[in-house]
Parts: sequence; C-alpha cells; structure tokens
Amino acid sequence: MSRITVIVDGVSYTDEVEPRTLLVHYLRETVGKTGTVVGCDTSNCGACTVHLDGTSVKSCNVLAVQADGHEVTTIEGLAQNGELHPVQKAFHECHALQCGYCTPGMIMQACDVLKNNPDPSEQEIREGLEGNLCRCTGYHNIVKAVQQAAGELSSQAVSS
Amino acid sequence: MIPAQFDYIAPSSVEEAIRALAEHGDDAKVLAGGQSLLPILRMRLNAPGVVIDLGRIGELQGITEEGDTLVIGAMTTYAAVLASEAVGTHAALLSKAIQTVADPQIRHRGTIGGALVHADPAGDVGAPALALGAEFVIAGPGGSSRTVAGDDFFEDLFTTAVGEGELLTHIRVPKHTGWGAHYEKFVRVSHQWSIVGIAATVRSEGGSIAEARVGLTNMGSTPLRAKAVEEALVGKPATDEAVRAAVASVAEGTNPPSDLNGDSDYRKHLATVLTRRAVLAAAGA
Ligand SMILES: Cc1cc2nc3c(=O)[nH]c(=O)nc-3n(C[C@H](O)[C@H](O)[C@H](O)COP(=O)(O)OP(=O)(O)OC[C@H]3O[C@@H](n4cnc5c(N)ncnc54)[C@H](O)[C@@H]3O)c2cc1C
Ligand code: FES
Ligand code: FES
Repeated sequence: MSRITVIVDGVSYTDEVEPRTLLVHYLRETVGKTGTVVGCDTSNCGACTVHLDGTSVKSCNVLAVQADGHEVTTIEGLAQNGELHPVQKAFHECHALQCGYCTPGMIMQACDVLKNNPDPSEQEIREGLEGNLCRCTGYHNIVKAVQQAAGELSSQAVSS
Repeated sequence: MIPAQFDYIAPSSVEEAIRALAEHGDDAKVLAGGQSLLPILRMRLNAPGVVIDLGRIGELQGITEEGDTLVIGAMTTYAAVLASEAVGTHAALLSKAIQTVADPQIRHRGTIGGALVHADPAGDVGAPALALGAEFVIAGPGGSSRTVAGDDFFEDLFTTAVGEGELLTHIRVPKHTGWGAHYEKFVRVSHQWSIVGIAATVRSEGGSIAEARVGLTNMGSTPLRAKAVEEALVGKPATDEAVRAAVASVAEGTNPPSDLNGDSDYRKHLATVLTRRAVLAAAGA
C-alpha cells in the first residue's frame, strides 16, 4: 500500500491505496466523487475526464499514486456556492445532453478548451472535444453549449 | 479492468531510477505518461512486479537549445512540445505530427520519450524524429550514457535500442530553422491511429526544393526514412507534376502490414499519394 495526499475539489485527502488503483476508482470509491464516471476500457471515451493541476486528463489512465501531492478537480467541484458553472449552465440550457453519461467528462474537457482558448471556433471546439464520445446527442448541441459558455465567460471577464 | 498488483517506486533522479531497474531486472517496467502502459496493464497484457515512475525526475523534462540542436527531455509531454516556441521554429515537423496524436487529454500526459520507446509502428512520433535526424541519448548502469542515431534506434515492432536496465533520457534534434513542414495522416475516423502517415519537411529556395526529409509511419515494422525520395526531390520545382514523379517510388522496398484498415498494397498506394500531398504542403505549394 502507498500513502497519498491529494486535494480533491478543494479538500485535502490522505489515504492508503494499492499502487494499481486507478485515479478514477480512487475518486469514486474512496473519496466518493461518483460524478466522475467510467465509460470504456480503452481510454477512448473521455467520460472520466477530470483536471489534474488544472489540465484535463482521463482519470482511468492515471494511477492514484501519480496524483500524490497534486490537485484534482472533478465535475462535483465546478459549481460555486450552489451556482452552476457557466459551462454546466450552458449544457443545461442548450439541451447538450440526453442520457447524460458523457456529460461530466464533456463539461470538464469543455472547461479545458475554454481555458486555453476563450473564443474558440466551431472547428476548434470539435477538435478540443475529440477525446470525448457521446452516443446520444450527435454533438450539435454540445458545440452550441460550449459557444454559449464562451460568450458568458468572456462577458463575465469583461464585467469583473 | 484494473491492473494486476505491483510495487510502485517513484525515484527523483535518473541515477536512482537506473539503480532500481538494475535491482528488479525484467520484473520492472518504466512508467512515463502511462498513456500506452496503463492500458496494457489494465488489459493484463503485461504484469510487472514493480513499476518505476519517471514522473518525479525533473532532469528528464523540458526543452533546451544547444547551438544547432534542440535537446528534448524524454519526459517532456506532447502538450509541452506543442507549446514550445523553439520546437515550432526549429523543428516544426515534430509539432505538426504531435498535433495529430490522440486527443488533448492524452497529449497532456503522454511523453515524447514514452512514445519513442513504445515504438508502435502506427505511432506518429517516430517518423518525424527519423526525418529530422534525431539522435537518442540512452542512460545505463554506472552513470554510462550513449547516443544512438535514428537508423539504429528503431529495431522492430515495439523494440528499440533501449535495452534492459536502460532509460531514454533525451533526444537531440538538429535544428531545421525555416524549413516548411507537414504531417499527412490518413485515418477514416477522427481520433484514430495512422493507417499511413507521412512526415515531410522541406527547405525551399526560390520556388524549388533545395532539401527534403521524408519519414513514413506504419509502412513496416518500424518508422522508415525515404532517403531515395529525399534525393529525388532536390532541385525540383514545388509543382504537382514534379513532386508526383519524384515521390512515385516511395513505397519501394517497404513492407507495410495488412489489417482491418487496409491491406499492404493499399498502404503502398496511399503512401505515394500522401507523400505527394505532404511534400507539396511542406513546400507551401
Ligand atoms: C485512446 C488513445 C489514442 C491514442 N492515439 C494515438 C495516436 O493517434 N498516435 C500516436 O502516436 N499515439 C497514440 N496513442 C499513444 C500515446 O501516444 C502514448 O502516450 C505514447 O505512445 C506513450 O507515451 P507515454 O509517455 O504515455 O509512455 P508510457 O505509456 O508510460 O510508456 C510506454 C512504454 O515506453 C516505456 N518507456 C517510457 N518512457 C521511457 C524512457 N524514458 N526510457 C525507457 N523506457 C521508457 C515504458 O516502459 C512502456 O513500455 C494513443 C493512446 C490512447 C490511450
Ligand atoms: S473511462 Fe476513461 S476514457 Fe473511457
Ligand atoms: S448524452 Fe448520452 S452519451 Fe452523451
């Protein structure tokens, strides 16, 4: 067993884990962040996407021990004081989900896209979400939601 | 699925990592970005007793310039290579190829050294590294270090000159400042491995090709360099007709695989079409 300390959604956790524990299983089963889901066995689907030190990773393809001393943000850490994050709000308003299974990863990756490029073109959004698969929506409303969130985030930045 | 049990070691220097490798022999496996190794462990295609994580070794990360050479640490992530102005300016071919690798999440974790040592013939980093004439710096026991040329680095499917007990520490890439570059990757759906990929970089002079370098992905058990085509391109105008003729023989002597994505002859045909496109794009035509 290895002892790790990880900050998850702003709270520090210290736990004993088996080195083979995947970060996604640590988050779900030890920390209880079941908002982050597993959608595949091949690291293709992106449903498990979280931020590790502020950049997106597929948490099924990272060991929990590799996150020792680092900071993780999951979908559960995005809303602040009961207010949905602008990307969450835009997914809701634009009907960017049907079954919702891909949504936690999709939103975390959309946040990463917008962090690096606050005003992405449709093509840049589609390429930024290349590693996130959705079996329901056809992606159309997902792209719209990211565009709407980009607008909202940039007007927030202007007004603050 | 979850991997079989293993012990985990996270050394903080190359020396410490080499000692750990010596101690555990073939029971140990090196972990870089994990983007190939973790899927392999999860599918239980391999079950090492010890995993040695290079992620905490600072000296393996980053990009520096030494005169006419770019020195890239093995643990430099794809994302860091893409963000590097020096690579964009002096080895644009590497950036162009890495842009096509996997997806942003995987590019945040995957490393250039991991990709090269993994040596998947369908991987996109070997061909541009070969085309640019990269050299590979390998550390071994007792502080030893040797440098291997590209042609000697890739030995076979998933096999390189990095032996048991050794680590790839850096690659040294000769600067190709001012050369145009293009990576033409043929896939049928987005987010796929190369069916065939062509890495081309060209130095142009007054509308003609003064020098060219061409690397081939997935045209054999290792990445290949098309030296005959490189020579045939010298002095040619960057026109469709001239380039088409110069690259016509690019598949000669190659032995590409046949699989669900296409048979060997199909890949040979693809290679000639894609090489023409890649060279023309690299020449800015
Ligand atoms: C969904 C998905 C899609 C992908 N698509 C593509 C694609 O389109 N094109 C492409 O090229 N690749 C693709 N990849 C593979 C990706 O590029 C991997 O990141 C890369 O092949 C391995 O780099 P790594 O740092 O993650 O290495 P790891 O997975 O950690 O290691 C790979 C191997 O190299 C060894 N190793 C690593 N570093 C060293 C070192 N410094 N010295 C000695 N041995 C070392 C390890 O022991 C292991 O055997 C994809 C992967 C996934 C999961
Ligand atoms: S569960 Fe991680 S990519 Fe599918
Ligand atoms: S909403 Fe069902 S998978 Fe995307």
